[in-house]
Amino acid sequence: MKLTLKIWRQTDANDAGGMHTYDVDDVSADMSFLEMLDVLNEQLNAKGEEPIAFDSDCREGICGMCGLMINGEAHGPVTTTTCQLHMRSFTDGETITIEPWRSDAFPVLKDLVVDRGAFDRIIQQGGFISVNTGSAPEAHAVPVPRDDAMRAFNVATCIGCGACVAACPNGSASLFMGAKITHLGELPQGQPERDSRVVNMVAQHDHEGFGGCTNIGECTAACPKEIPLDVISQLNKDLRTAMKHGH
Amino acid sequence: MAIQNSGKTLVKGARATQSTIFLKILMAASGVVFIGFTLLHMYGNLKAFGGHDKFNEYAHHLRILGEPMLPHEGALWIIRAVLLLSLVVHVYAAAKLWRRAKNARTVKYEVKKHTGAIFASRLMRWGGVTLLLFIIWHLLNFTIGKVNVDGGPTNDPYNLLVDTFDTWWLTLIYLAAMAMLGAHLHHGIWSATQTLGLTGSERTRVLAKRSAFTLAVVIAGGFSLVPLAVLTGIIEK
Repeated sequence: MKLTLKIWRQTDANDAGGMHTYDVDDVSADMSFLEMLDVLNEQLNAKGEEPIAFDSDCREGICGMCGLMINGEAHGPVTTTTCQLHMRSFTDGETITIEPWRSDAFPVLKDLVVDRGAFDRIIQQGGFISVNTGSAPEAHAVPVPRDDAMRAFNVATCIGCGACVAACPNGSASLFMGAKITHLGELPQGQPERDSRVVNMVAQHDHEGFGGCTNIGECTAACPKEIPLDVISQLNKDLRTAMKHGH
Repeated sequence: MAIQNSGKTLVKGARATQSTIFLKILMAASGVVFIGFTLLHMYGNLKAFGGHDKFNEYAHHLRILGEPMLPHEGALWIIRAVLLLSLVVHVYAAAKLWRRAKNARTVKYEVKKHTGAIFASRLMRWGGVTLLLFIIWHLLNFTIGKVNVDGGPTNDPYNLLVDTFDTWWLTLIYLAAMAMLGAHLHHGIWSATQTLGLTGSERTRVLAKRSAFTLAVVIAGGFSLVPLAVLTGIIEK
């Protein structure tokens, strides 16, 4: 395959940045999207140019590090992470536009790399349960209904990649927060901190500068883990309940 | 790559009533008032199919509703006050959230697709502004100013209605506004149920989306019937 790539280049956080066009030949349809970028970087290296910076870690779709806006879609045209996207999803001779996540809460550090520290700070505000360390309690001591366990498991698949924020026209992180709220709120262990969790996480979300949710649904369409929109309803309900409890 | 400190710190002493979600709840609650109002208003308009006397009797009854417990036009003014308050809240919350959304992404994408979004959901803000302008015009036309472009009487609700919709460009403005209202309700009703936390499962989500579409068609369609009937001569003086 031969491809034309239009890629965002930015030397550091303070640089204005801009789009640059590159041609890559010898791309195999079996390559992953990141391997294709590796090929381009080898070309750039050989010419003595600065390679394109992008994030990646596990390259098996479970860590959430990689995340690129590909032709206007977070993680590209397939419901998966960028690392699990393959070049067979594109056609020979195609022009592909690659941009970093655009959110003022995720500042661009270099080229396609953004700082998703805002998510860490939201998690610090409530994405945890407080338990005593020591020996693990007897597993059957706290029964969990099957449906609750399944829902918690399903939304716990969120890897915090930030695709929801990148896709959202409002730059909201509601799907991410909703996943965490639902994951912990469905389980007995999450109940003691349920009210403070939602209030503090939402406050941090707003403080970081994320936008408000307007229930459009582009987040869930972009989510590589297919987190459903229900979690945002759960988030809203939990906040309303916390308000009723005087928070 | 080392993570730079963006200077953001953890929030202390957070209050739920200062959050974006609280603004959304205000938006949804005031929106529910408008859903109820447009339903009743649409029902009242359909009285036009009953002819001159039935329609004017309904209009007159709105003014004496609740008498003698309430003063003349008392119920009408209570409704107006509630609507005005809801409008202020709705527009205030919308403006705040619109500004937030603008600031959340100051550098735009070169290419952005809108996978998963219905067209109506992307019309909400400018569509809302359009509806606000229409409401001002609509009140000047029928309530405050009572403008009859035909030069006919303005103190007879039925005749004012027929004269207005006998004018093609007024009908066009009205029908365009109803299309916008339908789109606004289609996304708005679903969005309100979601914001109020009523759609916590796939089943309720699908139900809410279908109900929103149905209600939007019923309300916008019901409003549109009257001018269309005037246009086709079904309703006439």
